[in-house]
Amino acid sequence: MSVGFVMLCHTALDRAAQVARHWAAHGCPVVIHVDKRVRRRPFERMRRDLEGVADIRFSERFSCEWGTWGLVAATQAASSLMLHEFPGVRHVYLASGSCLPLRPVTELVAYLDGRPRTDFIESVTTEDVGWTVGGLNIERFTLRFPFSWRKQRRLFDGYVRLQRNLRFRRRIPKGLVPHLGSQWWCLTRQTLSAILESPDRAEHDRYFQRVWIPDESYFQTLVRQVSANVESRSLTLSKFDFQGKPHIFYDDHLQLLRKSDCFVARKIWPQADKLYRTFLSADLGKQAAAEPNPGKIDRLFAKAVERRTKGRAGLYMQSRFPKSNWENGMTAAPYSVFQGFADLFENFDIWLGKVAGTRVHGHLFAPDRVQYAGGETVYNGALSDSAGLRDYNPRSFLVSLIWNTRGERQCFQFGPDDVQDIAPFLARDPNAQISVISGAWAVPLFHANANFGEIRKEAARMQKIEAEYLDILRGANVKAKVRIWTLAEFVENPMEPLQTIIDEISPRSLRRVTEAPRMADLAGFGQFLQNLRNQGMQPVLMGDFPAGDDPRPQPSRRGRPYLVK
Amino acid sequence: MGILTTYRLRLARKRWRIRAFRKRRELTPVVSRVMNIRASDLLLVSTIRNEKVRLPWFLRYYRDLGVNHFLFVDNDSDDGSREYLAEQADVSVWTTKHSYKRSRFGIDWVNWLLMRYAHGHWAVVVDPDEFLVYPFCDTRPLRALTDWLDASSIKSFPAMMLDMYPKGPISRSPYQEGQDPLDIAHWFDSGNYTMTKNPSYGNLWIQGGPRARMFFGDTPERAPALNKIPLVKWHRSYAYVSSTHMLLPRGLNFVYDEWGGEKASGCLLHAKFIDTFAAKAQEEMDRKQHYANSHEYRAYQEGMAASPDFWCKWSEKYINWRQLEILGLMSKGNWA
Repeated sequence: MSVGFVMLCHTALDRAAQVARHWAAHGCPVVIHVDKRVRRRPFERMRRDLEGVADIRFSERFSCEWGTWGLVAATQAASSLMLHEFPGVRHVYLASGSCLPLRPVTELVAYLDGRPRTDFIESVTTEDVGWTVGGLNIERFTLRFPFSWRKQRRLFDGYVRLQRNLRFRRRIPKGLVPHLGSQWWCLTRQTLSAILESPDRAEHDRYFQRVWIPDESYFQTLVRQVSANVESRSLTLSKFDFQGKPHIFYDDHLQLLRKSDCFVARKIWPQADKLYRTFLSADLGKQAAAEPNPGKIDRLFAKAVERRTKGRAGLYMQSRFPKSNWENGMTAAPYSVFQGFADLFENFDIWLGKVAGTRVHGHLFAPDRVQYAGGETVYNGALSDSAGLRDYNPRSFLVSLIWNTRGERQCFQFGPDDVQDIAPFLARDPNAQISVISGAWAVPLFHANANFGEIRKEAARMQKIEAEYLDILRGANVKAKVRIWTLAEFVENPMEPLQTIIDEISPRSLRRVTEAPRMADLAGFGQFLQNLRNQGMQPVLMGDFPAGDDPRPQPSRRGRPYLVK
Repeated sequence: MGILTTYRLRLARKRWRIRAFRKRRELTPVVSRVMNIRASDLLLVSTIRNEKVRLPWFLRYYRDLGVNHFLFVDNDSDDGSREYLAEQADVSVWTTKHSYKRSRFGIDWVNWLLMRYAHGHWAVVVDPDEFLVYPFCDTRPLRALTDWLDASSIKSFPAMMLDMYPKGPISRSPYQEGQDPLDIAHWFDSGNYTMTKNPSYGNLWIQGGPRARMFFGDTPERAPALNKIPLVKWHRSYAYVSSTHMLLPRGLNFVYDEWGGEKASGCLLHAKFIDTFAAKAQEEMDRKQHYANSHEYRAYQEGMAASPDFWCKWSEKYINWRQLEILGLMSKGNWA
């Protein structure tokens, strides 16, 4: 009989009784404290239930509202009773009613027998804790908290603010260095009795009665005064989520809990029958005397907290709909938008798909239908090619497409003939790689078989739309990776920009681009622009194309006159 | 939100509650076992009309999840649904011959039953073709979820409707009474949903899925809403506003995180599109008792006549909730 358990219970008393019985049956005395707010009937039932069991005592009841002194008073009373009634106890283990032993009691006893003078209590100075919720660290010890945090939140917050503004400070008793830590500890008789029988106890109690959440600081602070051998960790596996609530364990955590090698876990869902059955059964498999190793469980819960606070980038769904600038990734993955390339080069999409090894769509925002790669009518995630559905919410359309195709880079064409509503979103999205050859829309017009009056009108319309688009791309809060060339610049030296873009899309392919896309015939294009000017329209976006001086790409190998090197 | 808006919403909520209170007279109890409801029971409220074929599986599904008591409003069934329900030991049934449409598609009746019997309970409000899926539903009962929600001070839990459909024309594989409809209709659209925020009530407005894809290409604004909040820790002062899409007070509609994180959510697998659907659509058309002049049903009927096959090569086959989580249709939030 070297370890005794103090249990603080407030709900699921039947489960608490079951665990108490288990410990008592394995020779460990148990002192049970039941919250005073529990009604008489359930309490009496528990008492009756445990009546015949030797080595189980009930201690004086205190009202234990979360974050108040009652919890400490209850612990003090129960611990005193334990020390008094069971002189053989060397370690006192503080547990709750929703704790569950994961390893046979004998293993815990053996573990503590090997460390007879060690106090297991998490005890960290206020500067070093990262887990306090609400930003109250040292202020827990220096302010007053007369209002309930649960029921009078506004008063609580207001009073804290007031004290901060007035620079109010309580004096911390001499010799005390505030420490915080998990409230579930395991202390030796020597340490515990030194705390409880200290001549300064009245003063300490008076001070801690007005400290915020004293159950996380009373023993944690005082143990530093009296113990020579503090091991600052809790033997109880207990994880907290981002709001400071304990995570709950269910039946499906069985294997994780088994492998954790921890002695006690909290908090267990009262109806987790399988957990209680397994861990309280007599034939719990003997394990090697391993040190507790909750790594896997830590990771599981850390991931849950991350999911709750940061979420998955680029996901918009029923329970994640971030405000602007809080997206933490407006889209799920990088993608490329090409404007003018398909006009200037023949079969640009096929070429790009081959060279960069990505999915290349046509004009996703074409006015009549969505031009998915390969002419599909329905695409990944069952996205429809209907322009109506797309234009109903273009932003949802694009983020869905990028989300649905995670793992495969998407490229698509864009142009002044497309529905432009998505443009501001593209410009703001850091995942967008936007490359524009301005004025390239004139090339198909130049080749078009249409009356010049219509061509002129069309050119004026396209130029206006593209100019607006370029204005957006040159705006102040553009986050996309934007590259803009005029048609004249690009035709002069097409290979270098193409190489840059390809390198960015697939950085791992170290090969130089050898095969270039085939450029459209531009003979007479300068004259075409001059004709537009003569008709009263001023083409400005394509750069400087002197009439009659056709751009002549460097003549390359014979027989492939339009191949660009 | 200004004081004026707050007050306007408060008046609206009171109006819906008074309306529900007045509509109580339309409900005649068939069998009432409400005295068996214990304080901690999980309740389910549903409005039905001629759903006899679906009911056995429906009851079984939700009993397995841990629902303790069912409250049904029977809207003048003539296929034995009422009698079947009356025999069940954990069911209370009310019947009415009054207009479904004028009870705002049943929601006034539901509001009344919730107000009267669900105060302080967790209540599921679903149609007989909707099956709730939530994180860990294969290993943890519904009570685990509601306990966790209670501990986290969360009062409402969202579950988006996910339209399920079979492969091939829906008439091809007939549905047998007592069968799991998801055995037949186990395909869904995984990533074609659009959402916007409703500024006055704060809820998300989600549309899309196979119905939008097949029938509403030209009129996307008319596509049915898929956002639902079917699980609520009910208080008698609450009211559903429009189906289970949104509630008042509006705080209950904020089931999504706006700062980048994910809150916990589930899905309602909507097994509407099985072979009973064509007959149902015809009946609903004739009764003219559905939303927006039954526009939805008219669209279905036109679509159904042509080629009623929702399936496409990008359809996903339903496996389990983890699949839905990975696809981003629902989330575990910080429940682990």
